[in-house]
Amino acid sequence: MYVIFIRSFVFLLLLFNLNQSIANGPEQAFKLLTSSSFDDKSIAIGLLAQTADATSYSLLNAMAQGYLYYVKKNNRFVLAKKQGIKFHMTDALTGEDLGLVSKRKVKKVSVNNKLRGQISTVISNFKLFHADASIRLIAVEKLMANASPKMLAQLQTIRLKESDPDVLDAIDIVTAFSQLESANPKHQLSAIEILDGHLNPSVLIQLKKMSSPGNNASVRLAAKKSVSNIDSKVSIFGHLETLFFGLSLGSILALAAIGLAITFGVMGVINMAHGELIMIGAYTTYVIQLLMPNHIGASLLVAIPAAFLVSALVGIIIERCVIRFLYGRPLETLLATFGISLFLQQAVRSIFSPLNRPVVSPEWMSGSLQINSLLSITYNRLYIFFFCLAIFALLYLIMTKTSLGLHVRAISQNRPMARAMGVRSQWVDVMTFGLGSGIAGVAGVALSQITNVGPNLGQAYIVDSFMVVVFGGVGNLWGTLISGLTLGIVGKFLEPETGAVLAKVLVLLFIILYIQKRPRGMFPQKGRAAE
Amino acid sequence: MIRKILNNDLHGKIFLSLLFILTLYVALANLLIPPDHLLHVSTYTVTLLGKYLTYALLAIAVDLVWGYLGILSLGHGAFFALGGYVMGMYLMRQVGDRGVYGNPLLADFMVFLNWDSLPWFWLGFDQFWFAAIMIILVPGTLAFVFGWFAFRSRVTGVYLSIMTQAMTYALMLAFFRNEMGFGGNNGLTDFKDLLGFSLQSNSVRVGLFVSSALALALGYLCCRYIVNSKLGRVSIAVRDSETRVRFLGYQVDHFKLWIFTFSAVLAGIAGALYVPQVGIINPSEFSPINSIEIVVWVALGGRATLLGAILGALIVNYAKTYFTGAFPEIWLFALGGLFIAVTLLAPRGILGFFQKQDQQNPLKEVAEK
Repeated sequence: MYVIFIRSFVFLLLLFNLNQSIANGPEQAFKLLTSSSFDDKSIAIGLLAQTADATSYSLLNAMAQGYLYYVKKNNRFVLAKKQGIKFHMTDALTGEDLGLVSKRKVKKVSVNNKLRGQISTVISNFKLFHADASIRLIAVEKLMANASPKMLAQLQTIRLKESDPDVLDAIDIVTAFSQLESANPKHQLSAIEILDGHLNPSVLIQLKKMSSPGNNASVRLAAKKSVSNIDSKVSIFGHLETLFFGLSLGSILALAAIGLAITFGVMGVINMAHGELIMIGAYTTYVIQLLMPNHIGASLLVAIPAAFLVSALVGIIIERCVIRFLYGRPLETLLATFGISLFLQQAVRSIFSPLNRPVVSPEWMSGSLQINSLLSITYNRLYIFFFCLAIFALLYLIMTKTSLGLHVRAISQNRPMARAMGVRSQWVDVMTFGLGSGIAGVAGVALSQITNVGPNLGQAYIVDSFMVVVFGGVGNLWGTLISGLTLGIVGKFLEPETGAVLAKVLVLLFIILYIQKRPRGMFPQKGRAAE
Repeated sequence: MIRKILNNDLHGKIFLSLLFILTLYVALANLLIPPDHLLHVSTYTVTLLGKYLTYALLAIAVDLVWGYLGILSLGHGAFFALGGYVMGMYLMRQVGDRGVYGNPLLADFMVFLNWDSLPWFWLGFDQFWFAAIMIILVPGTLAFVFGWFAFRSRVTGVYLSIMTQAMTYALMLAFFRNEMGFGGNNGLTDFKDLLGFSLQSNSVRVGLFVSSALALALGYLCCRYIVNSKLGRVSIAVRDSETRVRFLGYQVDHFKLWIFTFSAVLAGIAGALYVPQVGIINPSEFSPINSIEIVVWVALGGRATLLGAILGALIVNYAKTYFTGAFPEIWLFALGGLFIAVTLLAPRGILGFFQKQDQQNPLKEVAEK
């Protein structure tokens, strides 16, 4: 009885002491921090860690980085930054500006490596309770590397306070990791069950570790099963990513080729200067950006109609001055327009310099859409894909629903008959060529967001554009879109096996062979339209 | 034989005589007349002229398929470059252990890429006779296979032009790769010897110039022979109306295939003579613009005349040397303007102005095919 009494008394005493130390935690900690003994400071850090408030956080941070001082006279803590020979100080607790103070009046709270280590653990623990969910997530992910069963209790308490789903997910993973470290197969099995299906890269590493020899047989089996499960998910997302890259490349190809599908496919004009019309569109974007440097986001939207008009105008000039004399002589058109393309390239070199011009992407074009830890889609490529579809839809409507489209189709099928019916063929030629050229300019706006804007921009796309049109079937807008997307996807799926250049060579070879087999492309014109 | 070929070809006789006199003069003036004399021809000029002559041979090859067969090939630069690469490989093997790395077997770029043995397709290129056969075989085979597929499935006109362009573009991309084993981006260069003689010496330069002139003369005679023969008449008929010739019972594909292949071989030989004179071959020779430039030489000089092609090649290349030296800014404007002017104003080229509207050159219809 007596013994029990004594024990409970001691216990109460301890409890009281403990409470006391927590209650005057900061004061005691501050006192200890001014001590010259590192052991005392270590205790102080422990006390500060228990308070878990913002002041302690900033105090410890300053201490680790070495600008925490205290005034010798009144032991007041200050953050000091050196300015000349004096220090510029602010109060560490209240943030009050204390002005310049002589170096001799203050003393640094010095730290050694052991203390630094202790502080960094404490700070990362603070981060677990930070107000910002993304910082909490990083703090939790840091725990993954050295998870141990000892952390389980702490994880439980964090989990109760947590509400953000991503952080909860990460906590679950760390919990499972900690359980994996325990020697108990039962805990390990349940941990594997939790981890199954998670795509975090470190999960795969842990599971692979568990499936290696030296572990319990059933644990190994379960781990192996989830490894293969995750692997198959990874490969599915890998393919999805390649598919997206392919669609993106394809949309770029289709965008570059759609203008050509009008001038070459519908009018039968071989326009080798098509690439340079794209280039003019890209340079228009650049000029518009120079004109409105404070509104980059808006300048891109302004550039779309501007590029259309500029390229259309250049196209109309080309049509009036050269091409109209060469209708019905495709090979000669090819040579003359090639001359024009050289001319335009050199003109751009003389005006803008031969170097690439920088075109800034607006904010809403940069960054990426994170779908999960394996799959992210960059916004600029996503927008260009939808932009390509929009342009295509617009063009399709013009060709099928407007009178211009009707006239264009009439003239491409039978020029004399169309003229006999009262279609102004020359006017339609001008409009069609302007339309195709303008679309090329709009493609240039899109391209300026993903490649360098320079005098050689057009040359890089001209062969590809012709390939897309020929492969899709000349005179068929749908064919152009589908062939562009197909070629993009095929190229991107070949790329991991062969490398980018060889993939391109193979795609070209494939088209050459395909054209031998079906000279009219994937979607040949039928009936009277086909000659 | 030669007399028979040149029968009725006054311009050809004049051209061959001029070529002979020029070659003789340049060769002798370089070797015998002392350098400070007014009539001396510098080695630089000899090499430059030699280069022009190989271009002229290339232009004849294009004229043969475009002017007489109606195939606008935008890929003849590829055959030219392939011939050049074959010659380059031979010259590369001749370097031996005098390269930067001093490896007796491997070229510098192979040592650089850490290869430990010669790739199989480099075997045999240390022998000149093997390289000489390959100069004919490599471009010829490519042209034969390409033509066989293309002509059999009746790919014609613009489509064929774009296919040939895609071919040379694909080859350019492929040769840019280091893994291809042809020196990648830098190509083959730093040549030392040809058949044991130093490439730097005057006499070898003159020898190359004379060989180029000889090749051009022989190429001209062969083409003239083909054009005058029954084969040539059929090919002109194919150019003017392919379907009609087919319905008359001719195997149009075969005629096209043989002439196309022969033309590719000529281009390959031109390339092989070109490389030792300029001292380098790299993938940019495959670039589509080079092939299109050849077509402009032919268009400027006059299609379906052979001599016009030679004239065009010489004029454009002389202008190129002059402009790129004197006004580099203007050259592309001038070349671009030339393309437009020739097609719009002089579709029959320079020689077209001088020739009568005879029955042999019904170019009006060529343009439409």
